[in-house]
Amino acid sequence: MAVVEASSKKPKTTKSRHAATVAEEKLATKLLAPTMLVLIIVIGYPILAGIYQSFFTQSQGVDESGFVVEGDQFAGLENYTAIFSGDVGDRFWNAFYVTTFFTVVCIVIETVIGVAMALIMNKALRARGIIRASILVPWAIPTVVSALLWRWIFDANGIANSLIGQQILWSTDGWQAKVAVIVADTWKTAPFIGLLTLAGLQIIPEDIYEAARIDGASALQQFRQITLPLVKPALLIAILFRMLDTLRMFDLPFVLVGPGKPSVETLSILAWFENFNSRFGPAAAYAVILFFYVMIAAYAFVKLLGADVIGEAREQTGPKKRRGLMARVRGADS
Amino acid sequence: MSSTTSAPAETTQEAPRQYRHKKTRSWAWLSYVGIGVIVIYCLAPFYWMVVSSLRRPQDVFDISVIPSPISFQNYVDAFDPKNEFGRALINSVFVATTVTILALIIGILAAYSMARLHFRGKNFVLGLIIATSMFPGIAMVIPLFRVFTNIGWINTYQALILPALSFALPLAVWNLTSFFRQMPAELEQAAMVDGCTQGQAFRKVILPLAAPGVFTTAIIVFVMAWNEYIIAVTMTNKAEYRTATVAVTFFTGTTGRDIPFGSIMAAGVILTVPLLIMVLAFQRRIVAGLTAGGVKS
Repeated sequence: MAVVEASSKKPKTTKSRHAATVAEEKLATKLLAPTMLVLIIVIGYPILAGIYQSFFTQSQGVDESGFVVEGDQFAGLENYTAIFSGDVGDRFWNAFYVTTFFTVVCIVIETVIGVAMALIMNKALRARGIIRASILVPWAIPTVVSALLWRWIFDANGIANSLIGQQILWSTDGWQAKVAVIVADTWKTAPFIGLLTLAGLQIIPEDIYEAARIDGASALQQFRQITLPLVKPALLIAILFRMLDTLRMFDLPFVLVGPGKPSVETLSILAWFENFNSRFGPAAAYAVILFFYVMIAAYAFVKLLGADVIGEAREQTGPKKRRGLMARVRGADS
Repeated sequence: MSSTTSAPAETTQEAPRQYRHKKTRSWAWLSYVGIGVIVIYCLAPFYWMVVSSLRRPQDVFDISVIPSPISFQNYVDAFDPKNEFGRALINSVFVATTVTILALIIGILAAYSMARLHFRGKNFVLGLIIATSMFPGIAMVIPLFRVFTNIGWINTYQALILPALSFALPLAVWNLTSFFRQMPAELEQAAMVDGCTQGQAFRKVILPLAAPGVFTTAIIVFVMAWNEYIIAVTMTNKAEYRTATVAVTFFTGTTGRDIPFGSIMAAGVILTVPLLIMVLAFQRRIVAGLTAGGVKS
């Protein structure tokens, strides 16, 4: 579809493109300048400042000649090499493990539930309004409120323990705190994956299934051979965004369990904790490591699985005709 | 439920269509179960928050599904002066509104050039804007915390608003770009034939037509800004500058160590309901906006 549109338009657009290039580029520069300026201030600068800050330590001491030294001292790569030894290293790698663990487990569970929800929603024609409304509820609830809500549900005297007839101290440190965080995160975001997947499902034409049924394909075969491959682009984008979101997870464990609890201490929380205790150098170093971790994970995901993030917004295929809203989620299906 | 289970018996009388009918019936039945599961999954925890907030404070550990007697004492307690929750709500409204307006004004300009103009490096700019939305907030908050400490911005509104643009602006640009792109270019060209400049054509033709899209983007950005936590918890240490999401985590009970879950749930309902009204009123558009951008949750 995208290909047909693009090729039929080509002569016209290239012509007008040549004519307007200089003026358009000038205008584009002007219009993009405020955005770029803001992004440089709130993202570009902090990245560089963070890297710079990570080369310093904050300690009080006395230098060789007996003067008290305060404030930042240059430490080179000390904040980075520190993660390979001792208590600091243990704490860092624990946070690294916790972050990765949450990301993998949450995404697997959320994807399975989300896809199941999307399949149900796709079949349920009549109740779609009710479902859409209820799916937006977990999305709209502030993460902090949902963390407090689940803290209440998982309270020692809360409803969760009443329902399962156990006396588990969910919000104390340990595996149960991990479970609480995973449940709360899954509740809030699985419906969102369902929503994005549904958008991908709705563009699959019914006659493909018809043809498969005539050829004698079972329901499972249809799901694996038709549904999954065709919904893959939309699903991959959803998973990518969820992955990046979970890697930087902060609010949920911070409010649900609390800072300084090793079992749920993500890299974001560890960095925040160090910053809170005025160890700005290590805090910045952890933040920088997290930043590169996120970048590498995103890059690997896009390269290995071929998620097309820019999708049809890409310049060459930029369609001008109105296409179905839902159709656009698939990114480039070429 | 009972009508659907008895249905297959009726259909057996229609011999030729029996198989097909039976199949669709059982599908319908299954899908109702599925719908029920999804709706309960999504709403049960929220319902529990509402129910818990409507109990009397002394009944907070009740597990009855409907509170009896219903009491609004928790809502009164939430606004107890020691929580400073009223002030925090005003702060949240102010910060989230300002962030939304700034992100929209700046974002509209950028989105227009992304949707309508041809220029070199457009894919790069698109990629850059997507990449910024992947940026971990902590990597921005930590360096900015030191900067803001040095220039005396801790406990100020600008320290809450400016960093929030780091997620609000890419979100706005991305959403607005996809909305503007749906506007037929012919409209704009027609306006220009009639003597409008490109800028006028955009302001007077495209922008009013894209108003629903702009409005949807505003709601999505507002929800994100309203839900923001990590910036607010880092850049404030005085109660009077806390936003509501931070203030609600500082609620204290009457006897020191106990957590006042009743009033916390009431505050949670207060924090959520305005968003829910906005989101549900415009749910079709919001869903379109979310799926169009492939936006983060």
